[in-house]
Amino acid sequence: MNGLEAFLVTVIPAATPLLLAAVGELVVERAGVLNLGVEGMMATGAVCAFVVAHISGNPWLGVLAGALAGALISTPFAALTQKLAANQVATGLALALFGLGVAGLIGEAYVGQPGVRLPALNIPVLSALPFLGPVLFSHDVLVYASFVFTALVSWFLFRTRAGLMLRAVGVNHDAAHALGHPVVRIRVFAILFGGALAGLAGAHLSLAYTPQWVENMTAGRGWIALALVVFATWRPWRVLAGAYLFGTVWILGLHLQAAGIGLPSQLLSALPYLATVVALVIISRNRVLTLTNTPASLGKPFVPER
Amino acid sequence: MSINRRETLKLAAAAGLAAGTGLGLSSRVFAAEPLKVGFIYVGPVGDHGWSYQHDQGRQAIEKALGDKVKTSYLEKIPEGADAERALERLVRSGHKLIFATSFGYMDTVLKVARRHPDVFFEHATGYKRAKNVSTYSSRFYEGRYIIGRIAGKMSKKGLAGYIASFPIPEVIRGINSFLLGARSVNPDFRIKVIWVNTWYDPGKESDAAKVLISQGADIITQHTDSAAPMQVAEEKGVYAFGQASDMIKFGPHAQLTAIIDNWAPYYISRAKAVLEGTWKSTDTWGGLAAGMVKMAPYTNMPDDVKKMAMETEEAIRSGKLHPFHGPIRDQQGKLRVKEGEVLSDKDLLGMNWYVEGVDDKLPK
Repeated sequence: MNGLEAFLVTVIPAATPLLLAAVGELVVERAGVLNLGVEGMMATGAVCAFVVAHISGNPWLGVLAGALAGALISTPFAALTQKLAANQVATGLALALFGLGVAGLIGEAYVGQPGVRLPALNIPVLSALPFLGPVLFSHDVLVYASFVFTALVSWFLFRTRAGLMLRAVGVNHDAAHALGHPVVRIRVFAILFGGALAGLAGAHLSLAYTPQWVENMTAGRGWIALALVVFATWRPWRVLAGAYLFGTVWILGLHLQAAGIGLPSQLLSALPYLATVVALVIISRNRVLTLTNTPASLGKPFVPER
Repeated sequence: MSINRRETLKLAAAAGLAAGTGLGLSSRVFAAEPLKVGFIYVGPVGDHGWSYQHDQGRQAIEKALGDKVKTSYLEKIPEGADAERALERLVRSGHKLIFATSFGYMDTVLKVARRHPDVFFEHATGYKRAKNVSTYSSRFYEGRYIIGRIAGKMSKKGLAGYIASFPIPEVIRGINSFLLGARSVNPDFRIKVIWVNTWYDPGKESDAAKVLISQGADIITQHTDSAAPMQVAEEKGVYAFGQASDMIKFGPHAQLTAIIDNWAPYYISRAKAVLEGTWKSTDTWGGLAAGMVKMAPYTNMPDDVKKMAMETEEAIRSGKLHPFHGPIRDQQGKLRVKEGEVLSDKDLLGMNWYVEGVDDKLPK
């Protein structure tokens, strides 16, 4: 395995949880809902995936449990913000803390237990290719899933009628309501989807990236995912670019350090954030494009007139 | 931040247990009021590292002193204003002996201690004391010298990867001690250092381990808290050393040994001192000899290396061998410790330079 290959093989798992969670949150925000609870949903997904895989010995059940748990823990948020029109920022922050707490409680007995690793899925023929094989076609299923979800979400949002409805709800919920679209129902589905993807991101952490459970193992990745969505101006493929840029610069920093390049490590640690912000600001310099992509009703509670 | 959820669960469990055993309870109910011992932790007790080991010490007090003590803890207490509130709460709820288990609590502990002269405080890894404030720490560098020697023997390429957290004396001392140990058996030994700027992020730690292995290191050691690097070592078929607690479950074929923080003997002796009325403000820096540093079983190595490791451990414990014995030169080649001398505790505590041969520039 040569240097570049080793480098790329490390970048992909580092970017995957960011991408999964960010794509999920993108759908939520496109529907006009700001859910700041990604970190908590990710942690809950991680612990449930770990526990189920540990008990059943089956990592696939773990993946499923992670997604379900992420969706489940987002239901109080959906109920509070959609049915009771609670403040989304406050509720989302509460969800972030609640999710971390619940995860710690569920996982208490499982700290320090070795996990079940999600096996790498070598794609036939392609994984035998030199260089491209190990880099692109020998990962766990969630890595492929992250690409599939990006493509699906992009297609759904911009090529389907249902996607158009979802975006309409996000741009102007009053108008969408007047046209007879079920604003609350669409938003609840979007929130559940976002929760499921955050849960999958957590499952990737506790089953593939570092197959173990320890408290706070998400270590702020949910917050990075949130930032990626904004900087990517709510476009799925830009979220992918942002997640991979972040992962690349992060791993590159580690390689430079190990090679003894002599740059301050604090700078190298800050670089991924800096590079991602700069790159995405450059991508989204076009103000008109940015404004047309911003969901205008983002974060506003919807109270239908009766 | 309320008395945490585990506390409630534990109390419930204890109540169940008491109801179940029943016997002998009546005689104890009227015994003297137990000594309340409080702890504040910077991380979750579920980190399986630093805070986890302190909590093992807390449980050891309960085991050793039974119903003469009652312990409680507050976890995930950030250093700063929250720590002051947490300490005050422990004081007000009647705790007479309080352990603050992170360096950053230092000034807060002193401030709270001044207001409550009748309460005894213990501060881990700090250096400021008062009449009712003691400090304590462990000589982890003794363990690092032993694992350095093992690495020197076990690494085929003579190259170890070192995952470091923050450039503070504690961590720098560890790197130096490790390299001195390794070079004592393999003079050409080299290390690659990666600073991850966190104590705890399994993902980052595992990335750092992967990078170090891809750059040729065939032994991984860490001064961060999660078992993620050990898992990477196991997966990639290289060796590694556990940190803070025994990590053999994460690397049954990879772990050579682990440096274990063992706070139990110190915690028990301090609680006893309060019970007996002999508590005094002290500064404790104990290592292998005091039982505060323990080595996990030596595994996955040939018998001669194992023998050498045990002999080294014994030599350090008995005081025959000091990891920082002269001659020691720093990176610039300046002689820091003369032949026949050892580095003083004061110099060790403030260490801010690398020994000769560390292939890294010290972050400022």
